Amino acid sequence: MTQLPGLLDTEAIRKDFPILDRQVHDGRKLVYLDNAATSQTPRQVIDVLDEYYEQHNANVHRGVHVLAEEATALYEGARDKVAEFINAPSRDEVIFTKNASESLNLVANMLGWADEPYRVDSETEIVITEMEHHSNIVPWQLLAQRTGAKLKWFGLTDDGRLDLSNIDEIITEKTKVVSFVLVSNILGTLNPVEAIVRRAQEVGALVCVDASQAAPHMPLDVQALQADFVAFTGHKMCGPTGIGVLWGRQELLEDLPPFLGGGEMIETVSMHSSTYAPAPHKFEAGTPPIAQAVGLGAAIDYLNSIGMDKILAHEHALTEYAVKRLAEVPDLRIIGPTTAEDRGAAISFTLGDIHPHDVGQVLDEQGIAVRVGHHCARPVCLRYGIPATTRASFYLYSTPAEIDALVDGLEHVRNFFG
Amino acid sequence: MKLDSMYQEVILDHYKNPHGRGLRDGDAEVHHVNPTCGDEITLRVKYDGTTISDVSYEGQGCSISQASASVLNELLVGKELAEAQRIQETFLELMQSKGKIEPDDAMEDVLEDAVAFAGVSKYPARVKCALLSWMAWKDATAQALDGADAERKTA
Repeated sequence: MTQLPGLLDTEAIRKDFPILDRQVHDGRKLVYLDNAATSQTPRQVIDVLDEYYEQHNANVHRGVHVLAEEATALYEGARDKVAEFINAPSRDEVIFTKNASESLNLVANMLGWADEPYRVDSETEIVITEMEHHSNIVPWQLLAQRTGAKLKWFGLTDDGRLDLSNIDEIITEKTKVVSFVLVSNILGTLNPVEAIVRRAQEVGALVCVDASQAAPHMPLDVQALQADFVAFTGHKMCGPTGIGVLWGRQELLEDLPPFLGGGEMIETVSMHSSTYAPAPHKFEAGTPPIAQAVGLGAAIDYLNSIGMDKILAHEHALTEYAVKRLAEVPDLRIIGPTTAEDRGAAISFTLGDIHPHDVGQVLDEQGIAVRVGHHCARPVCLRYGIPATTRASFYLYSTPAEIDALVDGLEHVRNFFG
Repeated sequence: MKLDSMYQEVILDHYKNPHGRGLRDGDAEVHHVNPTCGDEITLRVKYDGTTISDVSYEGQGCSISQASASVLNELLVGKELAEAQRIQETFLELMQSKGKIEPDDAMEDVLEDAVAFAGVSKYPARVKCALLSWMAWKDATAQALDGADAERKTA
């Protein structure tokens, strides 16, 4: 078995994930390499979800009965865990949403309805990048269309990095918000936050960071990032689906208007008008995803018990191994950085003329789960002149043996279509 | 192996040596995409009265979507519209069968090479790939016939 420095004790960790023992297609061992799409759930999180529904289920912030108080304490306890996990200065800066897409849409809508100095309108500009997930493109296109603001973006270099050579022309005095991905879900690129934030601050623009592919894989410190908003999602970090997070700086959350109206987000309501609860509740209309938030809290406990530094080191070692092994596959072209430096553990590639759909199908037959398609980042495929990619993505339970299985599987794909 | 039921020799042959590929003159053109996987096709139909004189296409996509377009060209060019519609409907029925239809001789007579796609119907994620060109043809045909109707009315 391949031993690499920095690897976690995956034999022990994999025992926490019942699904990893599953067999597929008549006795094939599951090789799960689709972690950038969603991660698997450890027993510790499944148990907390069971216990929540078996013992504590109630609506939050409403009843005076035992269950309501327990459910509220668990839900708000999860907020504390998230705040600590991302080093937020205050727990009131953590807004629960249903996923990262909703978090990003929330920011776009706050700014669309805001008063000066935050208001995005026809005199102003919005900046994104060409490597964004559709969830960090479309909300801004909608905002630009509705307000008349101009949408601009950073292009990409041939080796899968942001082209910041014209940063002063892209981010200008007119820029109101710069929204970009910390780690690309398709290229794997880890972006240089500091350079972008520095320029944004120079012109007084707000900074929004999509950390969906970062929060699960590395220590995340929102204060160190110096961003104004940070979005991520629970199901990519061992938590359940249906729970996302938007962190925002407190003074902004106080100033910016709510987006969704309803129960929970109000202070008083009359037939003529309403006043709003303070953040974060101002942005959490209606019954929130309670069990899912509690599950995310349990996922954070689980990740902390392993250590985010160690998870980062593990994935870095795996990524180094993977790029080396993938280079041995004839006709394979990595789309994105070809070394493990400043990149995450999602690796996209093409395999000669074989369409990724066909690659994924033949890999699946061997029990290997990868993602194929444009990964909700179609502009990246257009940029590199390819219809789609195959993507393998790793997590704390992934092993070098699984990378070997992928490489063997790709050989089989080549033979099948050869 | 189960995969062989999807990737029949006939399908792989059409994929490697597609029939009628490339865009030629047509009465209507459509562009269809499969947003989940990025398969795309641009397809043109040419009618001579109610006879299909050409179906030309250009696109990118997986072996299933490309082979399906090739089979479509082979099957429909030269046919009367009514017969082509019957073939299209039979193919749709087969593809939506979730692997439950075992094509009989009658179906084979209608679909010819297209019966090879029966195995694909077991893979829900791939059914759209197989149907992409057929849906594009249906759409293009409706547009071409609308156009012909309009011309007759103004004439």
